Amino acid sequence: MINKSLKQLGAMLQGKEISSVELTQEFLNRIDRLNPEINAFITLDKEKTLSQAKHADSLLAAGKGTALTGLPIGQKDIFVAKGWRTTCGSKMLETFIGPYDADIIERFDGVGAVNLGKTNMDEFAMGSSNETSYFGKVQNPWDRSRVPGGSSGGSAAAVAARLCAAATGTDTGGSIRQPASLCGLSGLKPTYGLASRFGMIAFASSLDQSGPMAKSCEDMALMMNVITGFDKRDSTSLNREKEDYTRDLNKPLAGIKVGLPKEYFAEGLGADVAKVVNEAIAEYKKLGAEIVDISLPNTQLSIPVYYVLAPAEASSNLSRFDGVRYGHRAKEYGDLMDMYCKSRAEGFGAEVKRRILIGTYVLSAGYYDAYYLKAQQIRRLIAQDFENAFKQCDIIMGPTAPSTAFKAGEKADDPVAMYLQDIYTIAVNLAGLPGMSIPAGFAQSADGKRLPVGLQIIGNYFDEARMLNAGHAYQQVTDWHTQMPEGIE
Amino acid sequence: MSLNSADIKRIAHLARIEVSDTEAEATLSKLTGILGLIEQMQAVDTTGIVPMSHSQDVTQRLRDDVVTETNQRELFQSIAPAVKDGLYLVPKVIE
Repeated sequence: MINKSLKQLGAMLQGKEISSVELTQEFLNRIDRLNPEINAFITLDKEKTLSQAKHADSLLAAGKGTALTGLPIGQKDIFVAKGWRTTCGSKMLETFIGPYDADIIERFDGVGAVNLGKTNMDEFAMGSSNETSYFGKVQNPWDRSRVPGGSSGGSAAAVAARLCAAATGTDTGGSIRQPASLCGLSGLKPTYGLASRFGMIAFASSLDQSGPMAKSCEDMALMMNVITGFDKRDSTSLNREKEDYTRDLNKPLAGIKVGLPKEYFAEGLGADVAKVVNEAIAEYKKLGAEIVDISLPNTQLSIPVYYVLAPAEASSNLSRFDGVRYGHRAKEYGDLMDMYCKSRAEGFGAEVKRRILIGTYVLSAGYYDAYYLKAQQIRRLIAQDFENAFKQCDIIMGPTAPSTAFKAGEKADDPVAMYLQDIYTIAVNLAGLPGMSIPAGFAQSADGKRLPVGLQIIGNYFDEARMLNAGHAYQQVTDWHTQMPEGIE
Repeated sequence: MSLNSADIKRIAHLARIEVSDTEAEATLSKLTGILGLIEQMQAVDTTGIVPMSHSQDVTQRLRDDVVTETNQRELFQSIAPAVKDGLYLVPKVIE
């Protein structure tokens, strides 16, 4: 049962084969058994969770159930949830109890889904390995000595270890797609502005976007139907008509033009990853796709641009953590300035501090034009690369990450090496486009481990239905997405 | 643009983060690496390119100037580090 999709579990609930309480309890039991090692969940509240499941059962009994009613979902701990501890992976918010619900929490509650618990993450979503979390690292279920990716590493590991039916993530530079790739699941970052950022603790506001992490594209389409929609509380939320993301799932792919950016297959891409991605593309040819060679010439610049813009926005966003209204306050301090400086020094971890310092530096007097403005100019060049590419193709495909999951500790002390993990994902955030990763096969590690590889699919603005169509078609003819790691039975 | 540890301490002060001398040294080498990465941007000619601050070309919405929020002072202050009589407590700033 644990390997069933949201769609299948939903049908079981609707058909009264199982109750939401039973289903939820099954996942809670699995969490009790496996989470002490994997550490995918950092906060559980079984009472709240089971009371939501009971409520879902009453909705289902009354015939008021919809696609996700009664299904247990893991929520990334970046989303504020009323009455739930919400830490964002930081000591700064170790004791923070959410006083309200994030838009995404409200939406899942609104359809009677069950909040199974809060998932681990890199501190303030800053990281690509989940090693910056104050609450400890997360194990990759495919090889426990490796990282799950990040920042939504807890959500990815939870889905991969079948500790939940699906989970939510957020993606500022690849934080949904890279962990989805490293843990062998499907993850989608929607077009910027489709999902509300209200109640999602801000990292880099012009890039942050939440999205689904699930076992299949069909499940992600069901979650997209819940997550997206206008929210007046988010000034960047787009006021568009609601879409049904399942509408094109079964469209034939024949004639679809798939662009392959040459920069995504150049130096830096692991040969084992390249092999799997090329095989996936061959599969798409069989499905009738036409392959087009394209170029995204400014790809290399996306990393420097991102590491100016994201820290700049973060340094501003994280100035709210002052030890006055909420969050950590130092025990001992002198005057007000000393209280700020000590509270923030104690509350933030090393990577968060580094990014705040970088952001503060690039925004400081005399450097603004050389760094911040320059980065914004190159951001436009990067967006234009995609604009030109989409004149030649319908969707873009390539690797999600340059390598499979790496060993815990391998890059933890080398920020620049860690940042290069996001070489294929960051440009999508800078342009505001939708991007997705789906399981495309496995590569063998040097020590004989079978590690998942993700295929990235990038769409034009608002083209999520077509991307999900492309992913779903592939998942009808392959079974990579239904394979489970060993040792989680 | 090479930094020294005095620069790190100055930037950290602007960011209101206390750093010890040892931390400043350790941070310096990491930040130098990151700034080296960022430096790649300077090779690009960006003359005449309009900076892109946002991916969607939208304008800020306006709403009617009416009260929309209810008073939730007690709830919000229940998670504050120090409050008294409905006020947030901080060290004395005016002598």
